[in-house]
Amino acid sequence: MTGFFSLFRRLEGPQTVGRGRAFWGLFAIVLAVALAYPLFSDGYTVGNTVYFFVWVFIALSLCLIWGYGGSLSFGQTAFFGIAGYGYGVLTLNFGAAYGFTLVAFVAAVAIAALFAVLLGYFMFFGRIAGVFLGIVTLAVTLMLERFMAQTAGPEWHIGAARLNGFNGMSAMPPLTIPWPGEPIVLFADVGLYYFVLGLLVFVYLALRILMNSSFGNVIVAIRENPERAEMLGYDVRKYQLITFVIGAALAGISGVLYTAWGQYITPSSMGMTAAALPLIWVAVGGRSDLTSTVVGTLVVLAAFQALTIYGSQYALVFMGVLLVLTVLIAPNGLVLGAMNWLGRLAARLTQRAG
Amino acid sequence: MDIATHVFSALYQFGDAFAFLVLSACGLAVIFGMMGVINLAHGEFIMCGAYVTAATVHAGLPLPLGIVAGTIVSALVGVLVELAVIRHLYDRPLDTIVATWGLSLIATQGTLIMVGSTMAGVGTPFGSFQVGDYSYSIYRIVLFCAALGVLAGLYALFNWTRFGVLARATIQVPHMAAALGVDTRLVYSLTFACGAGLAGLAGGLYAPTMTLVPTMGATFIMEAFVTVVIGGADVFLGTAPAGAVLAVVKSVMTSWQGQLFGQIGLLVAVIIVVRVLPKGISGFVLRERT
Repeated sequence: MTGFFSLFRRLEGPQTVGRGRAFWGLFAIVLAVALAYPLFSDGYTVGNTVYFFVWVFIALSLCLIWGYGGSLSFGQTAFFGIAGYGYGVLTLNFGAAYGFTLVAFVAAVAIAALFAVLLGYFMFFGRIAGVFLGIVTLAVTLMLERFMAQTAGPEWHIGAARLNGFNGMSAMPPLTIPWPGEPIVLFADVGLYYFVLGLLVFVYLALRILMNSSFGNVIVAIRENPERAEMLGYDVRKYQLITFVIGAALAGISGVLYTAWGQYITPSSMGMTAAALPLIWVAVGGRSDLTSTVVGTLVVLAAFQALTIYGSQYALVFMGVLLVLTVLIAPNGLVLGAMNWLGRLAARLTQRAG
Repeated sequence: MDIATHVFSALYQFGDAFAFLVLSACGLAVIFGMMGVINLAHGEFIMCGAYVTAATVHAGLPLPLGIVAGTIVSALVGVLVELAVIRHLYDRPLDTIVATWGLSLIATQGTLIMVGSTMAGVGTPFGSFQVGDYSYSIYRIVLFCAALGVLAGLYALFNWTRFGVLARATIQVPHMAAALGVDTRLVYSLTFACGAGLAGLAGGLYAPTMTLVPTMGATFIMEAFVTVVIGGADVFLGTAPAGAVLAVVKSVMTSWQGQLFGQIGLLVAVIIVVRVLPKGISGFVLRERT
């Protein structure tokens, strides 16, 4: 039992920003607002908010691999796509009865993670690092997109599921929770909102614990200086591979939720632009912290959607400019910079009061 | 069909693949080998070269002059990019990838907004010739010769000119070169311009053979990156042999299973090679030499 409780002490630590009563008070308020939000809003807007939440998982995966692990991966969208297609293929073949969609959810994420084990083995045990890692993962992503885009013919099918080439797969069932009496179907509405919100809070807290555990500390040590970590006796390759696989699973969660949300997935969800967007959210938010990644992702996504409504063509140009400026001016991210500034301000105020 | 025509067909496909890999990769390889910077906007420099070439040809200039114009404009854009962005990021190699990716997004979408979703192409010059049952485009042979010419030119540039000597000194020990009075910033600028110009040259050379769309850079970059990853940091010991090896893989896989499998073959090759030779072919050769 004490072991279980000691996990909660890891919620704060050197690897995550935010500690003490003030931070968790704010966290509780934000969570309460998020929980109450559907009461004050209509189904469509709530469904749209779920869309934002769906992307946070892939952003967190990039934060883990790139921000904490220091290996820049462009392959997150590949895992996103694999899990999304996996969910589609499984549910189109076996239907949604008996809670099978949840099984398909887990299975699809597992497929993405397995793929990451295979790719990660070759990369990390080949000791590719730095810029090469980015290139190999990008090449894999682009290859997958091209492969899926040419599967238009009727000969490309897995069981009952046609892959449909560039048009993508559609009409897979949404996530369904088996329930005595009538199963609960999670359409892009209030039900799915609470499901995804719960999952998001769970993943966020679990990652905080993971990053402040000894595992997280080793990951950061590898980012800071791989040779030193190795001299201290850690198998760098193994730690990097595990991080990569966890990241792939998180990206896979995004993929499954996206597919279940819109009941639709296309190869372009693995293309260049799709791969660039998570990078922008994470870079702008602040890649080396979980909280700033979540906040940054939600803010940039909301801004992007607003821009798309008013000037769709210019939204991507704006995103590119935002990315370049962030890298040049605030390499640690805008949200993280603001959070650190607030933290220092609060510390100074309490000092003066005391 | 007799053996000679088979052999010719295989050689032709090999030459075609080799030219494509070397031409699309050498700009990237020069920048990476000299500066350790991976330029993810490489494809957009290629697009820039192709667009300028097409525009000048439409304006009435002959194709070779158009290609020269495309090369020069790309190099000038490269200088601007280096001054505005890359220069500030030399000590953060991962951030240069991210920043150049941002540039690539801006360039692709900006071209889409300004020029439209497609641009009128340029006809392939020189026609074709017949060997056995198949006809072959003469222009592809020109491209192969151009690839060899670019390699020879780069060799001459880096070995026989003052710029080349200064540039190689700067790669080896930047601080020492600077202490001896070499303006390393200028060398970096010129190298980046050289890489961008080579990308523009590739774009100009391939402009007559492809559809000109804002996303055309994406068709080059995968091959370019794969070649550079396998080749490693040296253009002559890396890019050229990597281009040759990959050209064999690609042409064999393509003629066996089609274009997509040619590309998948490249990807599998790169994953296996990085597992065996993490520093690429040039890293392997140089380690053997020392």
